[in-house]
Amino acid sequence: MEYLLQSTGYILQGGSVTIRLFFLTLLCSLPLGFLGAMAKTSKSRALHILMESYTSIVRGTPLLLQIFFVYYGLPLLIPGLRLDRFTAAALTFILNYGAYFTEIFRGGIQSIERGQYEASKVLGMSYTQTMVRIILPQTIKRVLPPVANESITLVKDTALVVVLGIGDILRNSKEIVARDFTISPFIIAAIIYLGMNYLVVLFFKRLEERYAVYE
Amino acid sequence: MQYMSRSTVIEVKGLHKAFGKLEVLKGIDLTVSKGEVISIIGPSGSGKSTLLRCLIHLEKAERGSILIEGRPILDPDHPHISESEIRTRCKKLGMVFQNFNLYPHKSALENVIEAPLVVAKKPRQEAIRAGEQQLEKVGLSDKRDTYPCHLSGGQKQRVAIARALAMEPDILLFDEPTSALDPELIGEVLAVIKDLVKEHMTMVIVTHEMSFAREVSDKIVFMDDGVILESASPEKLFNDPDHPRIRSFLQKML
Ligand SMILES: Nc1ncnc2c1ncn2[C@@H]1O[C@H](COP(=O)(O)OP(=O)(O)OP(=O)(O)O)[C@@H](O)[C@H]1O
Ligand SMILES: [Mg+2]
Repeated sequence: MEYLLQSTGYILQGGSVTIRLFFLTLLCSLPLGFLGAMAKTSKSRALHILMESYTSIVRGTPLLLQIFFVYYGLPLLIPGLRLDRFTAAALTFILNYGAYFTEIFRGGIQSIERGQYEASKVLGMSYTQTMVRIILPQTIKRVLPPVANESITLVKDTALVVVLGIGDILRNSKEIVARDFTISPFIIAAIIYLGMNYLVVLFFKRLEERYAVYE
Repeated sequence: MQYMSRSTVIEVKGLHKAFGKLEVLKGIDLTVSKGEVISIIGPSGSGKSTLLRCLIHLEKAERGSILIEGRPILDPDHPHISESEIRTRCKKLGMVFQNFNLYPHKSALENVIEAPLVVAKKPRQEAIRAGEQQLEKVGLSDKRDTYPCHLSGGQKQRVAIARALAMEPDILLFDEPTSALDPELIGEVLAVIKDLVKEHMTMVIVTHEMSFAREVSDKIVFMDDGVILESASPEKLFNDPDHPRIRSFLQKML
C-alpha cells in the first residue's frame, strides 16, 4: 500500500508536466486556429496559400516527427537557437493543434448560412461586426464537439514527449516499471489519463448544455 | 394616390446583371416614389429576387444606374463609389427575406436591437425601449425573450420585419415574405405589412400572393425573363394586361 502511494505520487509529479503542456497547448492553439480560420476564409490569396501549406504539412506528417524536427532540427536550421525540451514540445503541440483547430474552425465558419451574412449586411453591419457578433458565436457552438474530441486526443498525445526524455506521467511510470519489475504503475498512469479525460468530457458537456438554449 | 406630387426615392435605369454567361436582368427601369407600394410579380427565375438584391447591394449589377434618394450606388459616370458610401446610402433601405434569416443565437428582442446597438450605436436602454415597441407593433411583445427556434414561421417573419424596422429605413424591400410559411400563417404576416401600408411606408414587395398584391399595391410590376413586361395599376394589370403572357400567368396563379 505504502509502495502504491509512493509510486502514484511520483507518477503524479509527471502529471504536472502533462497538465502544463495540455493547458499551454490549448491556450495558444485555439487562438491560433481561430486566426488561421479567419485567414483561410478571408479573400487574400497569399494568406490562403500560406495557411493551406501550413495545415497540409502539419496534418500530413506524424506528430512524433514534428517533435523531433523542432527539438533536433530547428537549432540546426537556426544557428544560435536553443530550445529546452519542454519548450520544444510545447511549440510543436501548439503548431500541430493549431492546424487541426484551423480546419475545424474553418469548417464551422463555412457552415454558417449565407443568409446570416446577408441579413447583417442589409442591417448595415461591417464585415468585422458580422464576424464578431453573428458568425463566430454561432461557430463556437458548432465546433464544440470536434474541439472536445481534439482535447481528448491532446491529453493522450502529451505522452509522446517521453521521446524527449521529459518526465511526464508516462515516463515516470515507465521508470518505476523498469526499476521494480511491476506493471501497476502503468495501470496507475492509465487511471490518471482516464481521470483527466473524464474532466475534459465533463467540461465540454457543460459548455454544450449552456449553448443548447438555442436550436 | 394620396399625394399630388411624390418625391422619387429609388430610381433604376437600364439595369443589367449577369451571373457568368446567364443574363438575369436585361435592362430594368423602375421608379419608386415616396409612400408608394410596388409589388413585383412574375414567373420563377425571371429575376425578381436579383433585382431586389441589386437595389440593396447584395449583388453588384454591372451596367445601368441605381439612385437611392437621389444618391447613386451604381452610376456609369462614377464607377468607383466607395463601399462605405454605398453602405451609408443603402441604410435608407431595409430588407425582409423569404427565409427570415433571424440570428438563431439571439432572442427576439436581441435580434431587433442588434443593429441599433452596433450600427446606429444607440444607448442600450433606448434600443431596448424602441425594440420593445417594434415587437409590440408586430404583435409579439410576449415573445421578447424567445429564441427563433421556438417561434413559428409567421412569428419569425414578424420578428424579421420588426428587426428591419428598428433601423428606421425609408424603404422596405420584401422578397417573398410569405413563401416559406404554412398557409395558415401567411395571414398574420400580411396583416403586419398592411399596417405598414397604412403608415405610408414605401415598400417594394416580391410576392406570389396575387390578391394581396392587388389589394395593397399602388403599382404592379410584371417581370419575365429579366425584363419588365408591364408596369401598371393593379386594376389595369389584373383585369386588362397588355401582354398575353401576363394573362396566362395570372390564369395559372388564380
Ligand atoms: N448567385 C447566383 N449565381 C448564379 N445564378 C443565379 C444566382 N442567383 C440567381 N441566379 C439565377 O438567376 C435567375 C434569376 O433568379 P432570381 O432568383 O432573381 O429569380 P426570381 O424571379 O426571384 O425567381 P423565384 O420566383 O423562383 O424566386 C435564375 O435563373 C437563377 O438560377
Ligand atoms: Mg426569388
